[in-house]
Amino acid sequence: MQEEQKPVKPARRKFLNNMLASSAAGVAGATGVMTSTDSKAAETQSARAPTALPPSIKAMENEKGMPAPDFGRVGGVAGSDFMVDVIKTLDIKYLPSNCASSFRSIHESLIDYGGNVMPEYISCMHEESAAAIAHGYFKASGKPLITLCHGTVGLMHATMAVYNAWCDRVPMIIMGGNDADAAFRPPMVPTYHAAQDINGIVREYTKWDDAPVSLQHFSQSMVRAYKVAMTPPYGPVAISLDMGLQSEIIREKGGRLPSIPRYVPSSPPQGDSGAVKEAARMLANAKNPVIVADRSARTPAGIGLLVQLAELLQARVVDQGSRMNFPNTHYLSSPAGVIAGADVILGLELSDFWGTVNQYTDNGLNDSAGTQASRIKPEALLISINASELITKSNYQDFQRPQVVDVQMPADAEATLPALIEAVRQAIPNSAKDAIAKRGENAKKAYFEEKIKTQQAAAVAWNASPISTARLCMETFQAIKHLDWSLVASEGNVSNWPNRLWPFEKHYQWLGRSGGFGVGYGAPASVGAALANRDAGRFSVSIQSDGDLMFAPGVLWTAAKHKIPLLSVMHNNRGWHQEVMHVQRMANFRNRKVNLGGDMGPVGTSIQNPDIEYHKLAESMGWWAKGPIKDPSKLASALREAVEVVKSGHPALLNVWTQPR
Amino acid sequence: MTSTFNPHTALQPLYLNALRQSQVFKWSASLVLLAAVCFSGSQSAWAASAEKGKEAFIRNGCWQCHGTEGQGGAAGLKLAPSPKPLAYISAFIRNSNGPMPPYTEKVLPESDVADIHAYLQSLPPAPDPKTIPALN
Repeated sequence: MQEEQKPVKPARRKFLNNMLASSAAGVAGATGVMTSTDSKAAETQSARAPTALPPSIKAMENEKGMPAPDFGRVGGVAGSDFMVDVIKTLDIKYLPSNCASSFRSIHESLIDYGGNVMPEYISCMHEESAAAIAHGYFKASGKPLITLCHGTVGLMHATMAVYNAWCDRVPMIIMGGNDADAAFRPPMVPTYHAAQDINGIVREYTKWDDAPVSLQHFSQSMVRAYKVAMTPPYGPVAISLDMGLQSEIIREKGGRLPSIPRYVPSSPPQGDSGAVKEAARMLANAKNPVIVADRSARTPAGIGLLVQLAELLQARVVDQGSRMNFPNTHYLSSPAGVIAGADVILGLELSDFWGTVNQYTDNGLNDSAGTQASRIKPEALLISINASELITKSNYQDFQRPQVVDVQMPADAEATLPALIEAVRQAIPNSAKDAIAKRGENAKKAYFEEKIKTQQAAAVAWNASPISTARLCMETFQAIKHLDWSLVASEGNVSNWPNRLWPFEKHYQWLGRSGGFGVGYGAPASVGAALANRDAGRFSVSIQSDGDLMFAPGVLWTAAKHKIPLLSVMHNNRGWHQEVMHVQRMANFRNRKVNLGGDMGPVGTSIQNPDIEYHKLAESMGWWAKGPIKDPSKLASALREAVEVVKSGHPALLNVWTQPR
Repeated sequence: MTSTFNPHTALQPLYLNALRQSQVFKWSASLVLLAAVCFSGSQSAWAASAEKGKEAFIRNGCWQCHGTEGQGGAAGLKLAPSPKPLAYISAFIRNSNGPMPPYTEKVLPESDVADIHAYLQSLPPAPDPKTIPALN
C-alpha cells in the first residue's frame, strides 16, 4: 500500500489515490487498526480496482460509524473551473450533451462553479442528438454551441451529426473527454473509452482539433478553436479534454497563472479584385445570366445582397436551399430548369457545381453506371465563388465531382458580393439597360405563371387519404401564417411544397437541410433551432419524417425537459421512401417482381406491421400529441389545437399519415 | 369503374413487337400514334378494372413516386386525373430510360397496365385551387 500512497502525481490522480489509499490508510485513520484479513482484502481490491468498485473497507466502515474528517481532496482551484472561465468569454449560451465520466470534472464545474449559465447544460439522450441540436441552433441563431462527448464511444456516437455539420458548413465545438495517462487511468471501462489520438475519429470532417496538455494550452486552443470554427467557411472543431487536466489544480507555471486570450473575429476571405472584375464583365454583358445560390446567405445580410445583384442584372435566381438565400416571393426566384437557357451562370457557394449543370440518370444503362448529360448550353460561361475550396480534405467526398469553370474564386460569396455588385454596376453598358429591363418583365410573367401551375398541382389529390404532402404542408402553413414562424426542418421529402408555396422572406423561415444527408438530423436539429427561436420569440414548426425520428427519438424528451416549444407535424409515410425506389429499380433492371413481404414497399424499406404510434411515443416523453390523423378533413382543427399548445410554451406533435412524397 | 379496353387482342402483339425491336427504345411520335390507333380500335373481350388497377398500382410500386392517386410529386410525374392514353403509358412503362425503371411484361402484365390505366381514369378531377383556403 505504500506505493499507492506515494504522491507521484498528487494533483492529477487524487481521486484514484484516495480510493486506493482508503482501503488501508483511511481505515487506519478511522480505527487505528488494520487486521491481516483487511489487509488482504485491500490488496485484492487495489490490484483489481474495477470501475464499479465493490464497497471498500472504508465504505463499509462508514456504514457503521462516523468517518474521519477528510478535507482538501482537491487542495486548490480545479483546472476545469478555469476551463469554464475560458468558455464564458466566448458567449456560448448552451451546451447540449449526454453525461459521462470522462468529463465529470468540467461537468461539475459548469453547473456549480459556472452556475449552469453561459453555457446552460441541455440534457441529451444521445451524442448524435447533442451535436445535431448544436447544428440546428446555429442555423437559427448564427451562434455556435459546445457539445461534450464521452471518450471514444461518445464521440463515435456523435460522428454522423458532426459529418452533417461539416458538409453543411456549420460551426460547433466538440469537446471530448479522454483519459490519456495509461499509467494512472482507471482500468477496464475508462480504458476502453480512452484513445491515444481521440480526435482522429473526427479529424477528416472537422476544420481543426487539438489535445491541450496544460491549462494555458487549453485556453489558447479553445479561443483558437472558436475562431477557426467561426471563420468562413464555417465548420466543426474538436478539443480533447484530458481527465487529468480537468482535475489538475491551477498553478503558476513560469511564474504566471494561466490567462485567457482575447477573441478577435477573423474577416472572411474575399474574392480577388481581378477575378471579381472579370466576373462582373461577363455578367454585365450576358444576354441571359442566371444566379444559382446554395449557401450564399451566410448571414441575414446575404439575402439583401443577392437581391441587389439579381435586380441590377434582372437575372433569374435559383435557390438550391441549403440556406434561405433569396426570397421565393421575388419575381426573379426561379425553378432549376432556367439554367438551360443561360449564357452565364454564377454559382454562389454551391455544394455541387457539377450536379447543377449536369444531369445524372440512374437508369441501369452503361453497365449500370447510368447516363450523364449536360443541362446547359455548351457555350455557357460559368463563374464560381465558393469558400469550401479553402478546406478541402481527401477522404470524405463532400467536395463532389470537379467542374471546370471560367472564373473560380475560392472566397466567401457573401463577403465578395458587395465588390461584385459595385463592379457589375460599373460594367453594365448603357446600351444594355433596355434589354435588362425587358429580361425582368419576362421573368415576372414566368414567375406568376409558374405560381398558378404550382397551386393547381397542389390541389390534385387534395382529399386523398393518406393525406397528400401538399395538403399536409399547406394546412400547416394556414395554421401558423399569422405568427412569426420559422420552418426549422423539413425532412423526408414532401415534394418541396414549403419551398414552392410558403413565402420565405426572412433568413429563419427556411433553415436548409442536413448537409451530409445523414438521416436522423431532422428531429434533433429542429429542437436545436427551436431552442434558438424560443429565445428570439419565434414560433418553430418542423415537418418531421418517421424514419428520421426513429434514429434517436430520445431528443423528444430533451425538448420537453427544457421546455422548448416546437410544433412537429409528422410526415408519417410509413417507410424509408428514398430507399423504396432503389430496391424497386434493382428488381426491375433484373426483370424480377419485387418481394413486398406483406408490406407496401419492398422488404426492408417499410415501417409497417406494426405501425408506430408516434403520438404515444411523444406523449410518453412529455409532449402534447395527437394522432394518427388519416382523414384530411380533420387535419386543420388538429393543427389549430397544436398551435395553441406550442404558443403556451410546450412541444406538440401531430402524427399524420401521409402519401409517400 | 371499368373501361372497355382489352389489351389481349390480335392487335396487341403487333404493338409489343414494335417496341421490342429496339433494346433501348427511343420514344417516337409515330409509334405513339400507331399504338394509340391500335388500342383505340380494340374492343372488349375482357374489361379493365379500376378496382384491380388500384391494387396493382400499389402492389407494383407505382404509388411510391406518383402517390396513391397518381398526383405526382418530386419523385414522379402527375398521372391523374385525366391520364395520358393507355398506349402512351404502356409504352413508357416498358421502355423508360429515365429515372423510372422499365417494367417488363413478366413484372407487370399488360392486363395490370390496363387495370392501372382504368384506375387512373376513374380518379376525380382536382378541385379548383381558388376554392381551397389553404392554397390562397
